[in-house]
Amino acid sequence: MAQPLNTKSMGGVARQGLRRLPLNATILAPLVALILLFVVSSIASEYFLNTRNISNVMRQVSYTGIIAIGMTFVIIAGGIDLSVGSMVALVGVIILYIINTISDPIQAVLLGMLAAIAAGGLLGLFNGLLVTRGRIAAFVVTLASMSIFRSLALYFTDAAEVSTRNPLFSNVGGGFFLGIPIPVLVFFGLAILAHLLLFYTPYGRHVCAVGANAQVARYSGIRVERIVLSTFVIAGICVGLSAIMLTSRLNSVSPSDAGYFYELDAIAAVVIGGTALSGGRGTVWGTVIGALILGIINNMLNLTGVSPYLQGLVKGGVILLAVLLQYKRA
Amino acid sequence: MTLSRLFKTAALATALAGTPSLALADDYHIGVTVPSADHGWTAGLLWWAQHAADELSEKHPDVSFTVLSANSGTAQVSNVEDLMIRNLDALVILPHNPATLQAVISEAYDEGIYTVVVDRELETPAQDVFIAGDNPGLGEQAARYIADELGGEGNILVLEGPPIPINSQRVDAFNRVMENYPGINILASQTTDWNPQQALSVTEDLLGSNPEVDAIWAGDDDVLVAALQAIDENNRDDIQLIVGGGGSQRVIEMIREEHPMVKGTVTYPPNMIASAMALAVHGVKGEHLGDMYHGVPSRIILAADLITADNVEEFYEPEAAY
Repeated sequence: MAQPLNTKSMGGVARQGLRRLPLNATILAPLVALILLFVVSSIASEYFLNTRNISNVMRQVSYTGIIAIGMTFVIIAGGIDLSVGSMVALVGVIILYIINTISDPIQAVLLGMLAAIAAGGLLGLFNGLLVTRGRIAAFVVTLASMSIFRSLALYFTDAAEVSTRNPLFSNVGGGFFLGIPIPVLVFFGLAILAHLLLFYTPYGRHVCAVGANAQVARYSGIRVERIVLSTFVIAGICVGLSAIMLTSRLNSVSPSDAGYFYELDAIAAVVIGGTALSGGRGTVWGTVIGALILGIINNMLNLTGVSPYLQGLVKGGVILLAVLLQYKRA
Repeated sequence: MTLSRLFKTAALATALAGTPSLALADDYHIGVTVPSADHGWTAGLLWWAQHAADELSEKHPDVSFTVLSANSGTAQVSNVEDLMIRNLDALVILPHNPATLQAVISEAYDEGIYTVVVDRELETPAQDVFIAGDNPGLGEQAARYIADELGGEGNILVLEGPPIPINSQRVDAFNRVMENYPGINILASQTTDWNPQQALSVTEDLLGSNPEVDAIWAGDDDVLVAALQAIDENNRDDIQLIVGGGGSQRVIEMIREEHPMVKGTVTYPPNMIASAMALAVHGVKGEHLGDMYHGVPSRIILAADLITADNVEEFYEPEAAY
């Protein structure tokens, strides 16, 4: 009789200990999965721990990772944004058009980047207004705008790839600072900002409140519509940043191809990171870890030369297991 | 809680460790990357890449291959980056879209990796070898064959591909040859996007509006199969000849079994990837091809071969995916 009591109290102690740590179980589980994946990958391929490989993976992750950070806000507030992938293509086309129109290279790059942020924000505002003022479900709005943005990108370019001869632009996404690729620095810098915004400001608490229960939030005096609208704008600005990094790394944009399926990778990263698709709770760090998990899986499959037919199966299976790992069975 | 987590952790670890590791210490490591198998031709491409990887690595024990596919240009950029980590000696790539891949292929080429670009040419050349099929040749061969079979007289329908340069090269060449045959009348030339569903409805419409048709040229073999279905469903017996393009095994089988209408197709072979891999094997070792006095040529255009009952056995590969 004493034994079960003993186990119970030990479990209680362990749980109390965990609670004292700054990390809770939702963030701990993806972290465990990430560490595990890291260890397994370094055993599976001798090339995995190569510095250049690590820097490649981080750069590959950062494009969808930056978008996933914006997506975290949208999902916590109870929405979803399916248009981010197409938005990357449209914003990418806008950037290259501006850079190719302006002759002074420095001015061209600066204005191109500013325009990308502005265009991303405006496209996000378009989604947000339709959701809040138009009272259409976010899924439907962004399903439609996904199609609209891609179609506009194709129309402006006649479906042809656009490239630039600007000598400076490729240094933005292809460059390094202190040995770290610039997209990676942007990704982590943005993650820190977003984390502070979500956890240490009234705005962040309002986003969570709206996602948890919009009605209650409204009665508590939160301007629900404005919060929802702002999350779409944040997502749009993140897309603008990602489009800058991607188009400058490739020095070109393909309207039919850029950002293809990015919405799914971004949503997967958010979900693996422990954010509830129903909204109300979630963390930016979880999303960062989720994005890293996805990137390492892709990289490991390529490094070990798994059959191209089976790569999707392994990727899907690992995503399912990583998500299973974080839910305590009732 | 801890036990079940441990169990799940173990399951995850097993799933990951179970993925085969092919990282062998060979003398030459060749990386291959192609677009994913999203339609017939690209499925054939991936099949041939894997087939050639098996055959060539058996024949040349000092060579190993890694074959990857990508569903987008940006995913293919990651493929190349990942391949380059693994001490790559040669890269064989059919670029999803050339401009997107330009930067990363240039990086590989500048690092001294022996680079073979297949089918789609880069704007700024960054390769040791470029190998592709003959698009104008495909149109010419089809046109000559149809004109000969019809004896220079007859009404024909043309099923075009999507409005892209490759399609116009094929169709323009076809029309140039047909200008020499005043007895041949092109009733209509319509786009099908090389998509079987669309080809089916386009052919139905064209058959409906043209009661007398002698021959059909389908720029792609999957389109040919769809057109054939439209002909069968409309019980048309006026059509004597359908000629395809590409050289799919399904159409090759029809020619082999002496189909009454499907008598010929012109190759645009997906196994160009296999030849590209063979070129990489010899090129990376600095060998010559056969008795050639020079090294591997820098530019190779594969002939567009007409396949008819006379030479069909040469092209018959029942296992292939296209």
